[in-house]
Amino acid sequence: MMEPSVVGAEAEPRTGAGPLLRQALGLSTLGPLAALVLAGLFFSIQSDRFLTGGNLSLIVQQVMVVGTLAIGQTLVILTAGIDLSNGAVMALGNIVMTRLAVASGLNVYLAIALGLLTCAGFGVLNGGLVTGLRLPPFIVTLGTLSIAFALTHIYSNEQTVTGLPSQLTYLGKTFALGQTDITYGSVLMVALFGLTWYVLSQTAAGRHLYAVGNHPEAARLTGIRTRRVLLGTYTVAGLIYGLAALLLVSRTGVGDPNAGQTDNLDSITAVVLGGTSLFGGRGSVIGTLLGALIVGVIRNGLQLIGTKSIYQTLITGILVIVAVSVDQLARRRQR
Amino acid sequence: MTVTAEQPADSKVGDVVFEARGLVKLYGHVTALDGCDLELRAGEVLAVIGDNGAGKSTLIKALSGAVVPDRGELLLDGTPVRLHTPLDARRYGIETVYQDLALAPALDIASNLYLGREIRRRGVAGWLRMLDKRAMRRQALRHMSELKIGLRSMTNAVEDLSGGQRQGVAVARAAAFARRLVIMDEPTAALGVRESGQVLDLIRRIRDRGLPVILVSHNMPHVFEVSDRIHVQRLGRRVALVRPQDHTMSDVVAIMTGAMPGTEQAAPADRPPEPAPDHTE
Amino acid sequence: MSELAKPAHLRRRSAGTDGAPPGATRTTRTTDPGAGRRPDRSPRRRAGGMAALAIPVVLALTLAACGSSDSGSGSGNGSSGGDITVGLITKTETNPFFVKMKEGAEKEAQAKGVKLMTAAGKFDGDNASQVTAIENMVVAGVKGILITPSDTKAIIPAIQKARDKGVLVIALDTPTDPQSAVDALFATNNFTAGELIGKYAKAVEGSKAVKIATLDLAPGITVGVLRHNGFLSGYGLAAVDNTASDQVTAPSVVCSQDTQGDQAKGQTAMENCLQKDPGINLVYTINEPAALGAYTALKAAGKEKDVLIVSVDGGCTGTKAVQDGKIAATSQQYPLKMAERGVDAVVDYAKTGNKVSGYTDTGVTLIAAKPASGVDSKDVAFGLANCWG
Repeated sequence: MMEPSVVGAEAEPRTGAGPLLRQALGLSTLGPLAALVLAGLFFSIQSDRFLTGGNLSLIVQQVMVVGTLAIGQTLVILTAGIDLSNGAVMALGNIVMTRLAVASGLNVYLAIALGLLTCAGFGVLNGGLVTGLRLPPFIVTLGTLSIAFALTHIYSNEQTVTGLPSQLTYLGKTFALGQTDITYGSVLMVALFGLTWYVLSQTAAGRHLYAVGNHPEAARLTGIRTRRVLLGTYTVAGLIYGLAALLLVSRTGVGDPNAGQTDNLDSITAVVLGGTSLFGGRGSVIGTLLGALIVGVIRNGLQLIGTKSIYQTLITGILVIVAVSVDQLARRRQR
Repeated sequence: MTVTAEQPADSKVGDVVFEARGLVKLYGHVTALDGCDLELRAGEVLAVIGDNGAGKSTLIKALSGAVVPDRGELLLDGTPVRLHTPLDARRYGIETVYQDLALAPALDIASNLYLGREIRRRGVAGWLRMLDKRAMRRQALRHMSELKIGLRSMTNAVEDLSGGQRQGVAVARAAAFARRLVIMDEPTAALGVRESGQVLDLIRRIRDRGLPVILVSHNMPHVFEVSDRIHVQRLGRRVALVRPQDHTMSDVVAIMTGAMPGTEQAAPADRPPEPAPDHTE
Repeated sequence: MSELAKPAHLRRRSAGTDGAPPGATRTTRTTDPGAGRRPDRSPRRRAGGMAALAIPVVLALTLAACGSSDSGSGSGNGSSGGDITVGLITKTETNPFFVKMKEGAEKEAQAKGVKLMTAAGKFDGDNASQVTAIENMVVAGVKGILITPSDTKAIIPAIQKARDKGVLVIALDTPTDPQSAVDALFATNNFTAGELIGKYAKAVEGSKAVKIATLDLAPGITVGVLRHNGFLSGYGLAAVDNTASDQVTAPSVVCSQDTQGDQAKGQTAMENCLQKDPGINLVYTINEPAALGAYTALKAAGKEKDVLIVSVDGGCTGTKAVQDGKIAATSQQYPLKMAERGVDAVVDYAKTGNKVSGYTDTGVTLIAAKPASGVDSKDVAFGLANCWG
C-alpha cells in the first residue's frame, strides 16, 4: 500500500558562468546593488562630472582602503563577531612598514612583510582572546584598538613618515584603461574581494565559517573545529588589514600615525549596508563591496554637488538604519 | 544478566550490534551511570526510556562519544571501542540526531546534510578546493527520496522549513552517513501529531534499510508504536529490557518510576548506598 | 498485512497518492510534514527588500540636495565670475575658529559672485578626509583650494597633485611642512602671537620669581611650537626664534602638558600641574578653551586670583573671559581675514592667472583688560568688536 513517493526532480542549474554570477550577485545583494545604481543615477543627473572615467576611478580609489578593511570585517562579522580594532591595526601596520623602510633602512619588501606580520599578529591576538578566554569580540577588539593606537603613536613618535621608497607606493601607480586611469591598488582590492568571495562561497572552509557564525553548537556537533575556524578568521582578517595598510601608504604617499581612526566604523557601515547580518552566518562579501561603493558614491557625489560634508555623515547614518531595518522587517515578515 | 523475551517468528532482530557493559559515570558525588548495560541488535528500534535523573542523557552521550565513561566498555559488533569525541563515534559509523538537531538554520538543506563532510570537485577545481555543490544537492535529494521525505528543493534554507521538515533533514543526515547505527534523542518532542507520525515512519524506514536505531523518548505512545524493544533506565542502570507487546504502557511506566520492580538483577548488597533519586544528570 | 487491518496506532499515515485511504487527512504525495506550509516567498521578499531600501535612499538623497547646498552659489548674483569655484578645507567642522573661517569665506564668495565648496576632516589630524576632499574638489573643477592642513606633512602629495593640475593651493592658519609646498600661506604669525603675551606677562610680573606652567597643543604641531617658543622668547626666558622646530623650555617652566586645545583636557592638565607644583603663578595656554579649562581648575583650588593666565586666539568667548578677568591677556587672530584674502586670491588667479605667493601675515593684536607698561595692547572693547565666534 506504500506508494513510492514522487519526489519532484528540480531542474538542476547548469554549471558555468551563469550560475556562478547568479551566486555572486545573490538575492541578498540585489538590495545594495539597486541602491548603488540609484545613487549613481541620481548624482549623474545632478552633476555632469560624476559619470566621467576620472571621477569613477577616483571613487574606487577613495573606497580602496576602507573597502579592504571591510573585507576583513565581513569575515569577522560573519562569525557573529565584530572587529573594532581594524583601523588602528592598519595604522600600526602602515607606520611599521614605512618606519622600517625609511628610518631603519630595512629592505622595502622585508619592511612590508613585517608590517603585514604585525597586523596578522594582532589578528592572532584578537582570535586567541576570543577563542581561548571566550571573551566577547566587542570587548576584545575594543581593547586591542587602544593598544594598537598607542603602539602606533609611541613607535611613530607622532611623526609622519615621508620620503618613502617607490616600491612602497607602487600600488598607487596607474595604468590606462581606455580613457581612464586605474591604480594597481584598486585592482588588488577587487582581486581580494574576488578571492574572498570564492573562499566563502565555493569552498568548505567558507561554509564552515558561515556555520560557525550561524549556529556554533551545530557546527561543533558536525565535527567542525570551531575554535580553529574563529582563530583562522581573525588571523586572516588581520592580514587583510595589513594589505589595507599597504594600500593606504600607496594612496597617501606617507606613513601616517593618525590614519584610520574612524575607519573601523566605516568598515562596519559598509558591511551592514551590504546586507550582512551582525548576528552572523548571513551575508555576502560582494554585498560589502557594494556597501563600500555606496558610501563612496554618496560622499563623492555630495561633495561634487557642493553639499556640506556634515550631511554626508547624516545620510550615511540614515542609510545604515534603513538597511538594517529593511532586512529585519523582511526577515520577520517571512516567519 | 539480562532477561530478554522470546523473539517472535517474523522479527528481523539479529545479532548484537552495539553493546555497553557496566558503564559508570560520576559527576562529583553525583552518580549518573551506575554500572549501566545496553544491548542493541541488528534490525531493531531500541527505545531508551527513563524518568528525569535516570541517567538517560548521560548514557546517550556515552554512546555517541560526547562523554567518556569512567568505567565500563563499549563493544561494536563484539569489538571493544573507545569513543573520546563525537567524531570518533562518527568514524565508527555511529550517527546521532541531537535533540536540538544541530542544523545551521541559515544554510540550505544540502549544505547542512554535508556540513563537515563536504564533497569537493575533482581535478583542477578540486585543487582549488571548489565544492561540488551539484553533487551534494543531487545526493541530498537522493537521500531524501530514499527515506521518502518530501522535500524537493535542497536549496531552501533550513530555517524556512517546519519543525517536522527540519527533523527530517537531521534524520536524513544521520541515515545518510551512518554505517552501523543511528541514535535519536527525543525526535518527536517538539512535533505535532501528524509530523510525529511521519518521523516515526522515517524511523521505521531507517531500520528497514538495515540501520538499527536507539531512540530516546519520554513519549510512551510513540515508544510503543515504533520500538521493537524497550530499555528502561532507572537510577543509572538498566532495570528492564522488554518488548512492547509483552507489557502494558502503564506497567512499563511503573517500572520506570520504580513502582514495579524491573526484570534486571538488583544492585549487589555491598555497593555503597545510592544517592536520592532526584539527582540531576 | 494490509494497512487498514493494522491497529490504528500502527497504521502508516499519508500512505499514498490520490488513492488515499479513507479517513486519511489531506494527503500529500509523500511523507512531507508540513508540505503545504513551505514558503515560497523568498524571491518576493527579497524584491520587496530591494524596493524598500531604494526608496529611502532616494528620499535621503533628495533631502540632501534640497536642504544643504552651500550658499554663495551666485543665484541672483549673476555678475562676473559666474563659473568660478573656490574650495575650502578645514581641519574640522566644529571648532568655532573654522566655523568663522567658513563664514568669512562664504560671505566673500557671495560678494564676489563665486561658488564655494567646503569640506573638513572628522577630527583634528584626519588627513585622509582632507586628501579625499582635495581630489573631489579638483574633479569638480575648483580654481583654487584654501586649506588648514591637519597633518602638515602628509597632505603634501595630495596638494602637489592638485597644483600639477593647475589649481592654486593656499594654506590658511597652519603652514605646511615645508611651507613651499603650497602656493601661498595666509596665517597669523604664531610666534609673534606668543611673543606678545610673553612680553605682557613679563611686564606685569616684573622681576618677581615666576613658576610657569605651559599648556600646549600636541607633539609635533607647528602652531603649538611657535606660540610656546614665542611666549618664552617674549618673556625673555629663552633665546629662540621662529625657525626652531621643537618646543624649548626654561628653568622657570615647572610643568608642560598637552591639551589638544580642548577645554576639558586643559582642566586636567592644570590640575596635574598644580599637583606637581602648587606654587605655579603664571600659565601660558595654547588657546582660549585650554585657558578656560585651566581657570576652572585654578578656581577649584582657590588659586584663580593668584595666577596669571595668558592665551592666544581672540575668539569672542575668550575675549569675554578677558573682560571677566579670567584671562589676563590674549593675542587675537583673524580667521575671517584669512578666509577673505584667500577667496580674493583665488578669484584673482581665476580671472588674471596671477598667483599669489609667499607668506601673508593676517595680523595679531594683543588684547588686555589692564594695559601693561611698555607693551602695546588694545582694550577689551576693541577685542569684542573684532572677535570671531
